[in-house]
Amino acid sequence: MDAALPLTASAQAAISRGEAAFQAARRQRRQATLVYGALLLACLLVAAWMSEMTPQALAAGLPRIGEYFWRILPTLRWEVLFADWETEGSLAGWFYRLDKWAWLIFETSQMALLGTFLGTLIAFALSFAAARNLAPTSWSFHLTRRLLEFLRTVPEIVFALIFVWAFGIGPLAGILAIILHTAGANGKLFAEVVENAETSAMEGVRAAGGNWFHRVRFGVLPQVAPNFLSYALLRFEINVRGASVLGFVGAGGIGEELYHVISFNYYEEISAIIVLIILSVAAIDMVSERLRRQLSAGAVRG
Amino acid sequence: MLELRGLTRRFGAVTAVNEVTLAIPDGQMVGVIGRSGAGKSTLLRMINRLTEPSAGQVIYGGREITALRGAELRRWRTDCAMIFQQFNLVQRLDVLTNVLVGRLNHRPGVMGTVTSLLKMFTARERAMALAALDRFDLAEVALQRADTLSGGQQQRVAICRALLQEPRLMLADEPIASLDPRNAKTVMDALRQVNREDGITVLTNLHHLNTARQYCDRIVAMQAGRVMFDGTPAELTSARVQEIYGVTEDEFEVQAQEAVNSAARPAPTTTPGLALA
Repeated sequence: MDAALPLTASAQAAISRGEAAFQAARRQRRQATLVYGALLLACLLVAAWMSEMTPQALAAGLPRIGEYFWRILPTLRWEVLFADWETEGSLAGWFYRLDKWAWLIFETSQMALLGTFLGTLIAFALSFAAARNLAPTSWSFHLTRRLLEFLRTVPEIVFALIFVWAFGIGPLAGILAIILHTAGANGKLFAEVVENAETSAMEGVRAAGGNWFHRVRFGVLPQVAPNFLSYALLRFEINVRGASVLGFVGAGGIGEELYHVISFNYYEEISAIIVLIILSVAAIDMVSERLRRQLSAGAVRG
Repeated sequence: MLELRGLTRRFGAVTAVNEVTLAIPDGQMVGVIGRSGAGKSTLLRMINRLTEPSAGQVIYGGREITALRGAELRRWRTDCAMIFQQFNLVQRLDVLTNVLVGRLNHRPGVMGTVTSLLKMFTARERAMALAALDRFDLAEVALQRADTLSGGQQQRVAICRALLQEPRLMLADEPIASLDPRNAKTVMDALRQVNREDGITVLTNLHHLNTARQYCDRIVAMQAGRVMFDGTPAELTSARVQEIYGVTEDEFEVQAQEAVNSAARPAPTTTPGLALA
């Protein structure tokens, strides 16, 4: 086994042959790494240069971020912290419009819920045609892939602008924008999950004479369902964050209020709304994390 | 000398292994046979502590294995290599790297870990791996991905990986249950070669009585977590099998086969990394 053990001549030959092949393969790999690494580095440098991301610019701007945060901090006074909302320096005074903001944040999360659900349904319907291993024909594969690309590359806020123009100001425009973006983003993720699925079950259904829908339903879906659900929950969290800025263009939710206080420099109100958004997103994160863990535990059991 | 003293494992209300006491001298090749749920796998997995015993002791060379922790436990696992029914190779890595996995715990210190994470193995380690592969006619596939090999080849790669651990014991959990007869023979031959030429103690779970009789020095028969027979292949006659299990030898093999099939659950599909938008 070890170098101490006398090796036969044929073993020696096998070792040197193997070592030579290994060295050749490694040389090739290293060359490829070098070439592509240099290419990547060049791209990154061009990107940094184009976007003016220089160490100097960072050093100049960073303190100003701190300054902004300092400004939006509320001036709370310890002795009147729990006084009523009319008192300067109390918590209630900081969140003096809590009732309105809470309602708006609730509206935001409802937009996210509806948008995520309907968008995920569309993603589900399209993902099987967009998976290379399941697409019925090559043109349907390319068509759905390009459609999904379009849906997720157009920024949500642009969709929201178009829908506000068409349907008027309000949450409906925001929900539609979320639906389209969710369909595009989840559709791609779902398709990739399907592409990674084991093919043996699919083959089994096919050999039993099943059609395309049978293969999807019985060969693929049971395997991929836990991953689909987990991605859908993740998208819900992302959409709550996303929905809270859609109001900037009049598409409903807390965003409109946020935009208003930011542009009028109502510093304390900015921090109050941000705190509320963070709290609600954290709450949703915790709930869906729990759900996800239960789902994946169920997947292992099942 | 490997000693098991009153080794017991309970899963809830079920006692999978019940007070097993065995003494296995160095260099022996032992076959463990039994039906579905007899506790063969659990017994083997308690020896390298992939499964923790509920009670009892494992002792090797006077050291209490059941008390080891941390780095000591990992060193023990290096000393008693394991062969799995499903080979447990890294399918997407090449054969050579798979075999070199056996060296991981032989690289001391932080730098040893860092260099192995970068797959920086020495020429001497590669020579060891290639020599092991050559022994089982696998040197020519060293740079292929593991998933391009047949089951029999993969299991022999797994034996090479085990050999690179420079173990004193080898635990084989149904090593040939997923293989066709011809490949099963090459793998059993390889295990016997390891036992005879390298003097490594081999403990293997088997479901074919004839395979156990043909290859092993000693056979241990288990039933419902207990050892019912412990002796030479010659002593395990058909009559004895019927006496222990209450069925003929053919019926026993059918039932043991069921145990193997239920153990061969497909691995859970991996979740692709959750990509964030």
